Amino acid sequence: MCLQAAGLQARAVDAASRTISLAMATEPPSLNSLQATDSESFFVLTHVMEGLTQYNLDNELVPGVAVRWQIDEGGATFWLRRNARWSDGKPVTADQFVYAWREALDPVNAAPYASILFPVKNARAINNGKLDKAELGVVAIDDHTLQVFFEQPCPYFLGLTAFATYYPLRQDIVEAHGARYAAESNTMVYNGPYVLQRWVHGASLRLVKNSAYWDVERLAINTIEIPYMTSSAAATLNLFKDDAIALAGLDAESLKEAVVQGYPVRRFRNGIIYFIQFNFRDGRASVNHDLRRAMQLVFDSATLVNKVIAMPGNKALDGLFPSTVNGVSEPFQREFPPPLPQQNLVLARETIATARRAFGGELPPLTLLVSETPVSVIIGEYLQNMFKQALGLDIRLDKQTFKQRIAKMQSGDFDLVLAGWGPDFDDPITYGDLFASWNENNRGRYSSERYDHWVAAGQQSSDPRARMEAMNQLQLILHADVAILPLFEGASVYLQNPALRGVGRAIFGGDPSYKFAWIEAANADANISR
Amino acid sequence: MQTFLAKTRQAGPLARYIGGRLLSGLFTIWFIATATFFVMHWVPGDPLSDEKAVSAEIRQNLEARYGLDKPLPQQYWIYITSMLKGDFGISYTQKNRSVNDIIAEHFPVSAMLGALAIVFATLGGIVWGAIAARFRNRWPDAVIMFAVILTVSVPSFVFAALSQHLIIKLNQATGVSVLPVAGWGGLRHMLVPALVLGLGTMAYLTRLMRASTLEVGSADYIKTARSKGLSSLQVFLHHELRNAVLPLITVLGPAIAAITTGGFVVELIFTIPGLGRYFVTAVQQLDYTVIMGTTVFYGAFLVLMVLLVDIVYGLVDPRIRLQGRADA
Repeated sequence: MCLQAAGLQARAVDAASRTISLAMATEPPSLNSLQATDSESFFVLTHVMEGLTQYNLDNELVPGVAVRWQIDEGGATFWLRRNARWSDGKPVTADQFVYAWREALDPVNAAPYASILFPVKNARAINNGKLDKAELGVVAIDDHTLQVFFEQPCPYFLGLTAFATYYPLRQDIVEAHGARYAAESNTMVYNGPYVLQRWVHGASLRLVKNSAYWDVERLAINTIEIPYMTSSAAATLNLFKDDAIALAGLDAESLKEAVVQGYPVRRFRNGIIYFIQFNFRDGRASVNHDLRRAMQLVFDSATLVNKVIAMPGNKALDGLFPSTVNGVSEPFQREFPPPLPQQNLVLARETIATARRAFGGELPPLTLLVSETPVSVIIGEYLQNMFKQALGLDIRLDKQTFKQRIAKMQSGDFDLVLAGWGPDFDDPITYGDLFASWNENNRGRYSSERYDHWVAAGQQSSDPRARMEAMNQLQLILHADVAILPLFEGASVYLQNPALRGVGRAIFGGDPSYKFAWIEAANADANISR
Repeated sequence: MQTFLAKTRQAGPLARYIGGRLLSGLFTIWFIATATFFVMHWVPGDPLSDEKAVSAEIRQNLEARYGLDKPLPQQYWIYITSMLKGDFGISYTQKNRSVNDIIAEHFPVSAMLGALAIVFATLGGIVWGAIAARFRNRWPDAVIMFAVILTVSVPSFVFAALSQHLIIKLNQATGVSVLPVAGWGGLRHMLVPALVLGLGTMAYLTRLMRASTLEVGSADYIKTARSKGLSSLQVFLHHELRNAVLPLITVLGPAIAAITTGGFVVELIFTIPGLGRYFVTAVQQLDYTVIMGTTVFYGAFLVLMVLLVDIVYGLVDPRIRLQGRADA
């Protein structure tokens, strides 16, 4: 009892004070919205900042700072709510968006996500240093009206405005703190539902309700405590067992233990796709179409997902677009079913024989580049064995640490590489332009004029139907050219305290989101340990 | 006057000795810095690369911002000169924080945890080692030496996870939070991690203590003490133990450095904001400035600890000092 009085018995979910406690994998590397690129920073930013739009619990775009908007081929106009305020009481105004976007494109600031602003007129030229940032196609008509001009038609622009790089920034605060802006909780201001009240580097964060926030009445959680930072899934599970945290992400090992302990495991499809990309650089064996086609003919994503990886939540992927992507009015996959695996061993062996002749009678060994994480290695070894048995192909596994793998992907030191891609915003083009010849993330340097043509069509057409048709063309071309072998779409597997409800698992931006969460008092006293 | 002269004469060799050691220490640190700098740049990949590639123009802007567009010798020169001014630069991963801030904020945590671990390790090592020696070849000796081998061969993350598991069971059984599973705050948070962190050193010191106690036991002055009619316990406590502890001091320097720098796993599992975590993640992320800063800092720390122990040893054991003077 004494211990409890001293506050030592803090529960993960405290209904009385409406406080929840959580763990984070690392501390946020940067809360400056111009510099943030990682999931931890996005997680904090999504709670303490707000863009023109935001995502709701169902991953749909809803008004944020903007109450309404109008988008056409030439640009967009946003009308800002008059009651949006920063945590210091000052109003959120249109010129703060203009300032932030210009700063993001200023080459001096070297914002890694500057390119997400490129649909705005002159953005690219400014980022190249060819134009002054004052030339950016965005104007504050008055305090509450923001007008944007496009470089070229951008029908998916609305989805971009929820992204961190599009958040407003306060010039006075940024300039007052210089390089120290957002380095501490007191060197920044907040316009989101929460403020960062306390930040002990590497140790803890505390988010409390932002009393200046326009929708503060709706928030059901007063305080979000993050007293633990660890990337160890085992430690996270132990904290959950001890009722110290309300949500725990699981990896393959801790999932097993959670299942043994009888915890109800939750899963969430996060829209991240995984695929094998072939190398199309000159001199690579993987340039041979028959070789790639033969591999496509024996590969089955369902077997990989269900028998090899065997983690709940993952889903076999056949096209380019995961099940989370929306088409015109229905899920994209329903409107445009992806090309299914054919699994034709006879045809595959004929095709590989053609390839063998092209190589002068002997197939060269191929290098499959993977990261050294357990799941990557399992996938790599499975493919190695499967292609050896079915086609007599020799595959050498090149296991590399994170940075070394990226370096080899960049320099093209592979025939096949196991890669992944997470979406930036709510539109299929975030996957679609991945294999455009000009995209830096097209690590295999696949290049197809037809593909580029349909990417351009998908980026610019104002007709939703025509846009989705263009996306469909992209997945058909990729399949016909065997530019990639789609493997699976990923999932987050996690445990959640039953008293905590309404946790948003976000496909885009910061995840998880507690902006809409509440505590079910009836469950709050039930001990989660069993 | 005479005593003053005697004092300076006495201090002369010691000061010269310390001065020489400091100089060679500075050279060591320069060598560490230079070797780390070039090896780090030689490793494939760089701090700016990430799973998502950036466009060529953004890449250029980033390189310019961090000075990576300059030739390597020039980068080295800039690095060494700013290091001499005590500026380790800005971290690549913790984008708004200077390396100086990171070290200043997180080294004290590692140091506090390490200090407690050293206390545990030293006390444990002396007590267990002495007991093992006193009951040589009997069952307490066997039990202790078995525990020593077990501790040395099991990696610390196993002990960390195991102790966390035990804490959970304890908390569940009592219904109150007896000990925190993880986190950082007060002494309660430090106890178990410090014990886990110090276990390896404790095992090593136990073995050392046992051997040195046995060695001392056959010395002439012990026989003299026995022949004077002192009880065996008195001889053990007053003569054997005091002399047997001496060799432990020599290994304490490197051990302190190893414990305060090697806490990565313990810091990760017990979610402790120590410098060890930053050091290891910096290497994984190729965070050039943090790698350099922490390596040079730890290098200097190690050099300093070894020097300090040498001096302390000289003060504790007059024979060392005499020898030093004879050499000089």
